[in-house]
Amino acid sequence: MTLSGFSFARWWGVVLKEFLQLRRDRVTFAMIVGIPIVQLALFGFAINSDPRHLPTAVISADHSEFTRSLVAAMQNSSYFDITETLPDEQAGRDALARGRVQFVLNIPADFTRRLLRGERPAVLLEADATDPQATGMALSTVSQLVSSVAQKDLRGPLAPLAGGEPPFEIRVHRLYNPEGITQYNIVPGLMGVILTMTLVMMTGLAMTRERERGTMENLLSTPVRPVEVMSGKIVPYIVIGLIQASIILLAARWVFGVPFVGSVIAIYLAALLFIAANLTVGIAMSSLAKNQLQAMQMTMFYFLPNILLSGFMFPFAGMPQWAQWIASVLPLTYFNRLIRGIVLKGNGWLDLWPDIWPLAVFTLVVMTMAVRFYRRTLD
Amino acid sequence: MSDALAIDVHGLNKRFGDKQVVDDLSLQVRRGEIFGFLGPNGSGKTTSIRLMCGLLTPDSGGGTCLGYDIVRESAQIKRRVGYMTQRFSYWEDLTIRENLDFVARLYEMPDRRRVVDAALERLGLATRAKQLTGSLSGGWKQRLALTACMLHQPQLLLLDEPTAGVDPNARRDFWEELHRLAADGISVLVSTHYMDEAERCHKLAYIAYGKLLVQGTGEQVIAEQRLTTYAVHSEGLSELSTALRGQPGVEQTVVFGSVLHVTGTDAALLAATLERLASRPGLRVERIDTGLEDVFIHLMKRSTDNYAGGRS
Repeated sequence: MTLSGFSFARWWGVVLKEFLQLRRDRVTFAMIVGIPIVQLALFGFAINSDPRHLPTAVISADHSEFTRSLVAAMQNSSYFDITETLPDEQAGRDALARGRVQFVLNIPADFTRRLLRGERPAVLLEADATDPQATGMALSTVSQLVSSVAQKDLRGPLAPLAGGEPPFEIRVHRLYNPEGITQYNIVPGLMGVILTMTLVMMTGLAMTRERERGTMENLLSTPVRPVEVMSGKIVPYIVIGLIQASIILLAARWVFGVPFVGSVIAIYLAALLFIAANLTVGIAMSSLAKNQLQAMQMTMFYFLPNILLSGFMFPFAGMPQWAQWIASVLPLTYFNRLIRGIVLKGNGWLDLWPDIWPLAVFTLVVMTMAVRFYRRTLD
Repeated sequence: MSDALAIDVHGLNKRFGDKQVVDDLSLQVRRGEIFGFLGPNGSGKTTSIRLMCGLLTPDSGGGTCLGYDIVRESAQIKRRVGYMTQRFSYWEDLTIRENLDFVARLYEMPDRRRVVDAALERLGLATRAKQLTGSLSGGWKQRLALTACMLHQPQLLLLDEPTAGVDPNARRDFWEELHRLAADGISVLVSTHYMDEAERCHKLAYIAYGKLLVQGTGEQVIAEQRLTTYAVHSEGLSELSTALRGQPGVEQTVVFGSVLHVTGTDAALLAATLERLASRPGLRVERIDTGLEDVFIHLMKRSTDNYAGGRS
């Protein structure tokens, strides 16, 4: 059957051949099935632009029916999860700096007394506002909390207090990013995303290129050792990574006007560790992949959960538990906390440590795996 | 006398999936010897060479290369062996000098600059040292590869079809170089498809379907097969060739340009058949010495028959 020279027989031949090749290329096949499933799972279930159950600490110098009622109302709103009770303001600041909690509710000592006198006292709600998206919805419910407490508890002789103006005030204090400017959060986060994408891909190609061009056989026939090849291939990319980091930092400071609270040395040390983590991932993939195309596909597969779950695009605290578990094996999750902590919060070494050691462990584990994957022979 | 042997392997086996690529291969190469490794495509030559230099691990069997165990001491072997891969395997995005320099570093050679300069000089590429390797012609690539794999002054060269796709002049130069090296005491194992190259080797081995069929000097290999060959000069050789096939005593007919070689193992039977033929007009028959090519075609044909027989 021909149609102006078009042969269906030939065309069908091509179709069959493509299917045959696709069936043999297991990695592509896995990607075709895997990427939509993973994306759906992540976008559909894990990502939540209206995050609830945000960890909240309470510092209460006053214990009364009213304060209990206020805390209960916060919990009931489903936006706040009271996870801990802290002794003083300093402990509250530490918990916020390390990202352990998103909010700290501070109830002053004379709150109940002043409330009953009708003096309209205030409680302080401090929020980690680095990511405006994470706190925005929760903070917008705060005013409703006041009236719900008032209606429930101010009855009988206290009823006059509930009418008219609100009986007490929740004063919100947005820390680290008071204006709620999204760029302040996104731009430092982008550093990790860009480094992940480029470094994993470039190193991913490094080893497969040798194999594809036939130069691997040559390399294997010389006395050079696996560790020498792998670490040797990594070094140029460390330099590239640092250059990229510098470009992003310069842009963050001078183009986006992100305030730099923390130390530049700390930023570079964190970046260096993160670069090392990504390069080991790239090299490990490179040893596993059979050709450059597979290496690219693996990069995408690795990149996807990193960008979606690390807290870069969507608030970490808003994700369900299982998604947080996945995220806690991804280096980008820790780097996002590190870079935002340093740039926006001015965190010091003690605050950074909880996110530094997981990166170091990750790097060591993956490097060990990569060296084991390296094929010493052509078997 | 293992000191006199550069390669001494016994009973090597290697299979990929369900394909036996190397089947019970035993082979000895003496020091200072050029050992030709012949066989059709896919016969296991490359795999055998990779086994001998530790790039592949044999499923069973073993032996030594330059006195080092091919399984346990591959690191020692790699330092002392120059391996030239079948496909050009130097870095095409590096210049000639950069490639040589990199190789010299991998072998931790002292006085690297001088060694590389000398190699460039010998190669005749000193003026083009900064040229990208990818832009070289096939012949130059092959010469560069040989130079690079000899940079660390190996005692044994393993050359996998080094002259495939190289013009006759370059091939001749290449073989002269090999003989010079052999005279200096370097052992060479070289795989090839060319008969003229086979004839230039001190010793030969023929491998088919992973099995080593014969090994020895050219004369030994020819004598061992006990073949009788006649040359037939005539017009219309291809029809004649078809007609002769299946005649008593005729086991193989091969056209070499204007001559037809007719070969068989039963000399008397073959002589009778060709005597009848010689009476035809315009046809001249003479008995000639059996050449290596006749022997190899015979070996290949026999091993195909055996292989097919073994399968069915």
